[in-house]
Amino acid sequence: MAVSVLIPTPMRKQTNERDTVEVNAGTIATMVAELTALFPGIEKRLVDDKGDLRRFINFYVNEEDIRFLDGKDTPIKDGDAVSIVPAIAGGC
Amino acid sequence: MSKVLGMRCRECGEEYPMNPVHVCELCFGPLEVVLDWELLEGKLTREKIEKGPPSMWRYWDLLPVEGPPTVGRNVGFTPLVKAERLGREWGLKNLYIKNDAVNHPTLSFKDRVVALALTKAREFGYKTVACASTGNLANSVAAHAAEGGFQSYIFIPDNLEQGKVLGTLVYGANVIAVSGNYDEVNRLCAEAGDKYGWGFVNINLRPYYGDGSKTFGYEIAEQLGWKAPDHIVTPCAGGSLISKTYKGLNELNRLNLLENGGKDGISTKMYAAQAKGCSPITTAIKAGHDMFRPQKPNTIAKSIAIGNPADGHIAIETVRKSGGWAEDVTDDEVIEGIRLLGRTEGIFTETAGGVTVAVAQKLAEQGYFGENETVVISITGNGLKTLEAISGKLGSTVHIQPNLNSLAEALQTEKLLASV
Repeated sequence: MAVSVLIPTPMRKQTNERDTVEVNAGTIATMVAELTALFPGIEKRLVDDKGDLRRFINFYVNEEDIRFLDGKDTPIKDGDAVSIVPAIAGGC
Repeated sequence: MSKVLGMRCRECGEEYPMNPVHVCELCFGPLEVVLDWELLEGKLTREKIEKGPPSMWRYWDLLPVEGPPTVGRNVGFTPLVKAERLGREWGLKNLYIKNDAVNHPTLSFKDRVVALALTKAREFGYKTVACASTGNLANSVAAHAAEGGFQSYIFIPDNLEQGKVLGTLVYGANVIAVSGNYDEVNRLCAEAGDKYGWGFVNINLRPYYGDGSKTFGYEIAEQLGWKAPDHIVTPCAGGSLISKTYKGLNELNRLNLLENGGKDGISTKMYAAQAKGCSPITTAIKAGHDMFRPQKPNTIAKSIAIGNPADGHIAIETVRKSGGWAEDVTDDEVIEGIRLLGRTEGIFTETAGGVTVAVAQKLAEQGYFGENETVVISITGNGLKTLEAISGKLGSTVHIQPNLNSLAEALQTEKLLASV
């Protein structure tokens, strides 16, 4: 078992069109590091110049927004699903 | 020659051709349509616009479509009502209601964004359209899809008001009720969006959808005699309308079409209105933050209950840049706002409108508006869609028998005596 990460369409050029990538348990931060090792170039999509997660991307662990959890330090364990989702418009 | 040059990332400036994509591949920032201003400047005149149809399409030159509208030809150009009686309550002599509660055909401002998005969807060759919605967008996408002969899939939170559910089903749409709040519906749609090849109005068609809201700003200015108002109060959910209204006014200024414009820009101040039960944008503005913290919504104003607003940062930036402010109100104040607008102006708005009226009242009490300044309240939806919210809160009817004695007796009761 591992953690499955759902890759959104606008990021699939970086993952050779793969829509799901498996990473080891750890935290959102270790996930970003592992994705970067697998797919160089993905880091600057996920993280801004200051090293913060980009503000227009939402990260969810098992459907919960990580901003309601521990942000970058949110733990992820085997069997968890992480979604990376661009922000979406709605309402007014 | 096309009036549209392409799209540009609002965050990092990367440029893209006109395609059904909505986020920047580099930074995930939102993409915005770039108009060819060289083609427009000096050529688009007030006279040309005024000769256009009495709909949002009189501003066709400023909208990102190549051909004529293929759905929603009658959308927009809703009344800008001078609110004399409400203005007197608040000590304001130039208060106006921009009344999209009577927008054609589904009674909310969403008809603007959908008419544009589905016209664009047809240009892109989509046969099926979809959306994630808090209700008004659902109604509008379903109606315009029916008009245009599209298949439609509408995703809604499963706790929506009946009026909004029935007002979607009636158009023959496939309505999918997701157990969860709007933010959860949205996440699912973002994940599903690419999978099925649909034109997702608020996802892959978002840059075009968003530009429909500019017409709200264009109309306010034109209806004020080509003047940008001093203040505009606008409800915020995803945070798009407030910045697009402002953008619309600035575009008219750029084209030199405003009486009170100029090189230094317009002086309109934008105010964000939210319910306290879902106030990520107003909370950030009042605390002086550039970033909002997402919230789990809990308010009767369901149409604007978005805890994770996609354009939240842009809304915050717009308010700050314009010199405006923000307020939020309780659910009780929302109901009072709906009643106040009904009682003084004869306009029945939905809960989001109640939020806007109640916030405008708070801002007026706090002294943000000068007595003679022009203040516009953005009423974005119709009260008949959210009857549950006010049910049991407006008093009751007076029951009588069909005879004069019964009527005379009733007129003597405390409740009716005052008005005889």
